[in-house]
Amino acid sequence: MPAIEADVRKFVSDNFLFGRKGVQLAADDSFLEQGLIDSTGVLELVSFIEDRFHVKVDDDELVPDNLDSINRLIQFVEAKLEEAK
Amino acid sequence: MCGIAGIFQWNGQPVRRELLERMVATLDHRGPDAFGTELIGPVGLGHTRLSIIDLAGGVQPMPSADGQLTVTFNGEIFNYIELRQELTALGRTFTTDSDTEVLLQAYAQWGENCVTRFNGQWAFAIWDAPRKKLFVSRDRSGKRPLFYTVVGSGNGRTLLFASEIKAILTHPAVSKSIDPISLDQLFTFWSPLPDRTIFHGVRQLPAAHSLTVQGGEMRVTRYWDVDFSRRFEHQSARELEEQLLELLTDATRVRLRSDVPVGAYLSGGLDSSITAALAKNLNRERLCTFSLEFENPEFDESVFQQDVVRRLGTEHRTIRCTHDDIGRVFPRVIQHTEIPILRTAPAPMFLLSKLVRESGYKVVLTGEGADEVFGGYDIFKEAKLRRFWSRQPDSKTRPLLLKRLYPYMKNIQSQPPAYLRAFFQVQPQKLNSPFFSHLPRWDLTSKLKGFLTPEVQAAAYDHDPLTEAEGLLPAAFSSWDGFSQAQYLETTGILPGYILSSQGDRMAMANSIECRSPFLDVRLMEFASQLPPRLKMAGLDEKHILKNATKHLVPESIRQRSKQPYRAPDAQSFFDTDAEMARFEYVDEMLSPESITSAGLFDPTAVAQLVEKARTGAAIGAKDNMALVGILSAQLVVEQFIHGRTVDVPEAAVM
Repeated sequence: MPAIEADVRKFVSDNFLFGRKGVQLAADDSFLEQGLIDSTGVLELVSFIEDRFHVKVDDDELVPDNLDSINRLIQFVEAKLEEAK
Repeated sequence: MCGIAGIFQWNGQPVRRELLERMVATLDHRGPDAFGTELIGPVGLGHTRLSIIDLAGGVQPMPSADGQLTVTFNGEIFNYIELRQELTALGRTFTTDSDTEVLLQAYAQWGENCVTRFNGQWAFAIWDAPRKKLFVSRDRSGKRPLFYTVVGSGNGRTLLFASEIKAILTHPAVSKSIDPISLDQLFTFWSPLPDRTIFHGVRQLPAAHSLTVQGGEMRVTRYWDVDFSRRFEHQSARELEEQLLELLTDATRVRLRSDVPVGAYLSGGLDSSITAALAKNLNRERLCTFSLEFENPEFDESVFQQDVVRRLGTEHRTIRCTHDDIGRVFPRVIQHTEIPILRTAPAPMFLLSKLVRESGYKVVLTGEGADEVFGGYDIFKEAKLRRFWSRQPDSKTRPLLLKRLYPYMKNIQSQPPAYLRAFFQVQPQKLNSPFFSHLPRWDLTSKLKGFLTPEVQAAAYDHDPLTEAEGLLPAAFSSWDGFSQAQYLETTGILPGYILSSQGDRMAMANSIECRSPFLDVRLMEFASQLPPRLKMAGLDEKHILKNATKHLVPESIRQRSKQPYRAPDAQSFFDTDAEMARFEYVDEMLSPESITSAGLFDPTAVAQLVEKARTGAAIGAKDNMALVGILSAQLVVEQFIHGRTVDVPEAAVM
């Protein structure tokens, strides 16, 4: 699913990294530990996932395990899409 | 209220009057009623006057009767009547009714220590001719501003000082550049540490400090500090409430001393309601109150303001503030703050002081200081909850208490518990930090540094702001309880650094308005610092003792409402997110990659991305909003002060 990965990477880059040159984020880096996300960042992430992939994120899914790195996000979106089939 | 400026030359040569006049001329808005300069030996003192006490006398700079002392003075010594009686009893005679003469005589009597007897708000400079000494002082809480710089070297040094930095920048020997270390601190604490400004080489005389030049030496010394080392032990809560009310009433009474009428700001919150109520009771005449209303209901408090107006029966005037109003006035606001700001909240205060001026008033009472002195801010509760939680780190319910803290913040309300935990949970190593209470705020603000260019980041790299801040803490700090420590940090940090300056004095004086704050009366500050913390914050009830002591003064709706800090719309004031465009041309210009690159402070790619986010309405978080306002205001500082190009926004066409 390279499309999901590209979308997720672009969202994170545009909204959390602000496209800054020289700032590298590995696919497993924690957004929280890197200080990239504040209390609204979580809400931004959820809106992005819901709008872009047309899935509904439940309250109990709002945990760092699902959302806190590029790879976790991709896996979460893939699972949600699978579930929706 | 007034503006002051001065020049002192180490080599004893006389000051060139035109240089001094040029400095004073930039302070016209602070004192439109009179203008004066005085050259005495190696010193030049200048003054612009806003006449408030002894309208006929009180011209400045003022010499003493024997001609040995000369003073230029901005502010008020509220206890000048009592001091005058004391000085008269000591055999001194007075020729005017002004507080300025009391200041001169007090210095003549008690020397530099005279300031410890003053109850007021001041910045002044005295030239003591017999001792060849220049003595400059600033009030305890930082109500009145004083900036200075030294140019030249050795015996050729010249000291320049003034109420505002713009006066200092007129001197041909002053070079203008942004100090990256100050910017780094501002992007941590909301303002640089107390003796810094955003301009390289321009210093601020910190609150409660004096500066002396004598015998070729310049020294800056602290003459007072907030001290939480002593506690009331034997008094009951009831007795302390009575004392509090008595002190606050007298603090308000002496602040009504004026030869022109005194009005009052009314925010709709507790503090300004109390000061307005006390003023109304003390004043036999009518009281005029002034309020801001916001078009955006998220920020509007007019319902509560009306409750107070009905209860007190004041003559009430309001100004309604739109997103456009804030954006339009913002470049002028920055001309007065003279420093980048992270919130637009000063802008409406500029509009409010304009309303006061247009209503024929020069002086207003404000509720400033109550949240610092009596522990009203959310940051005090947040720290208390974080400590409470850290004792049971695995508790599921304790983090949920944090939601109760910020009922007005939708983002926090909808926060999943797992993330609440991640954002607020205390790391054990931070429990013992002197800055425990402020670390979450400073960590969040520090995220803004990601927008700085690598060059600016590198220039500040060796100057850890927390290390420098730790060096400024008083010796007794570590022995105080956490609540008192947090109060000290607020009272000596953001209060003078932002609240009383960018949002207070500078916005009021832009329209020649003087603010007076009863809660910052020295007697009240010293009283409150001795109160047990549980009387200030009872459980999670903030300003508990203040609410109890003033129960009879304010409507129940004001006492019961949850604390709402004064805020104004940020990104929305600059971008119309429906039309997806900037509201004003200057916003696009200041944030364009060309301007950003030319100013050299921020990464143009990152700023472009942030602008895109703001334009489309996606910049909803505190961090993005602070970044946008901080970057735009920094660009306006560079444009207007370094490049010397005024950014003018045309007034809206009258429909």
